[in-house]
Amino acid sequence: MTTATLDAKEIKSVITSPIADNNPIALQILGVCSALAVTGKVETALVMSVALTVVCAFSNLLISVIRSQIPSSIRIIVQMTIIASLVIMVDQILKAFVYETAKQMAVYVGLIITNCIVMGRAEAYAMKNGPVMSFFDGVGNGLGYSAILVAVAVVRELFGSGSILGFTILSPINDGGWYPTNGLLLLPPSAFFIIGFIIWALRTWKPAQVEETN
Amino acid sequence: MSANNDTFFKTIIVAVALCLVCSILVSGTAISLKEQQKANASLDKKKNILVAANMYQKDIDISEAFKNFERRFVDLETGKFVEVTNPESFDQRQMAKDPDNSIAIEKDEAKINRRSKVASIYLVKDADKVKTIILPIHGSGLFSTLYGFVALEADKQTVVGLKFYEHGETPGLGGEVDNLKWLASWPGKKLLDANGKLALSLVKGGASKDTEIDALSGATMTTDGINNMLSYWLGEDGFGPFLARLDVDKGEA
Repeated sequence: MTTATLDAKEIKSVITSPIADNNPIALQILGVCSALAVTGKVETALVMSVALTVVCAFSNLLISVIRSQIPSSIRIIVQMTIIASLVIMVDQILKAFVYETAKQMAVYVGLIITNCIVMGRAEAYAMKNGPVMSFFDGVGNGLGYSAILVAVAVVRELFGSGSILGFTILSPINDGGWYPTNGLLLLPPSAFFIIGFIIWALRTWKPAQVEETN
Repeated sequence: MSANNDTFFKTIIVAVALCLVCSILVSGTAISLKEQQKANASLDKKKNILVAANMYQKDIDISEAFKNFERRFVDLETGKFVEVTNPESFDQRQMAKDPDNSIAIEKDEAKINRRSKVASIYLVKDADKVKTIILPIHGSGLFSTLYGFVALEADKQTVVGLKFYEHGETPGLGGEVDNLKWLASWPGKKLLDANGKLALSLVKGGASKDTEIDALSGATMTTDGINNMLSYWLGEDGFGPFLARLDVDKGEA
């Protein structure tokens, strides 16, 4: 697809297909690192999701706008520079407006730079497609990432800390309640199990995603 | 993509132009948001000092409440109050990195390598009488350096409160240093035991004495870190000389 076709159906498809049919985390297994790191609490997962979606959408847009000018020998560096600039800007904005949450996210916002989803979409989609479609492709993949992140964070915060978004749902023993919190879920590796279960569920629902065995 | 993009000059031009545009955008954002970020950071620190001093309530005006706090500078070796040239921009963390203004720690319990010669403390006073002494402490936990404040009553040995304002410990385990219920177990604890030795520490299996606080379950390394930093900062190498010198009635040291 070299010319930008802008019919609504196409836009809808690039936005929705990464959520279940072609999920960047569950099918392509990209961006798992940050999915482990920031999913201990729903709040940080939400902020991370928004940050990644914004970066992915705008990096796709900008890279697509200048795609015909980028020398292929330095194209990866060009993409990285654009992504890194956007990430630093997002990080600065978070520090200025949601300081408390930004403090909890620490280095992970900065690590969006190395998130394979952003790079992957820039290289695979934005370099070949028009700016508008690329923008929506970035939004779609950001949403796909967000869906998994929030799902994992809900499980981890609910069973690990007994709360959702800081509101106590299962009153933990530490605070004088009855619920013995699950310490494993507070540690990053637990997200591996949860993502594994999500992939299992997704592939049971959509058998087309199952890889062929050799 | 046309092939002529790959000439030497085109490559250089694209690279230079991209760097210029990106650097302008990044520095523009950073500079325009700097004041806001600084204000956030300082408000957050003030809030944590208020929490340590047990004076924080939801919805209070932090800047207003903070007016009762007097910032002083202490030479840690002599324990005397000193004046610093630029108190507004005094940054103890920066000082600790500067060889002229810091010392290497010989017995490095808190695992921080160097410490600033001068520390910035806060006093809450009633006329000249000191009511609360707020001391900054920091040290290594499991993953991160924990930065916080411990507040003492005028008797220099009863804890008013403790609060960490910056750390990167595991949420739910070491990160429970932020648990309000745990923090609430600090007020009223004593620094010294019956023999006058520094004894305030976290213990496993339930605190039984007034110098003991429950350890954080599942967070042995963070617990050890807090013990080490208490022992260092409240001991002879830390604020020991200052606490010994401080005249709480006159507010002088």
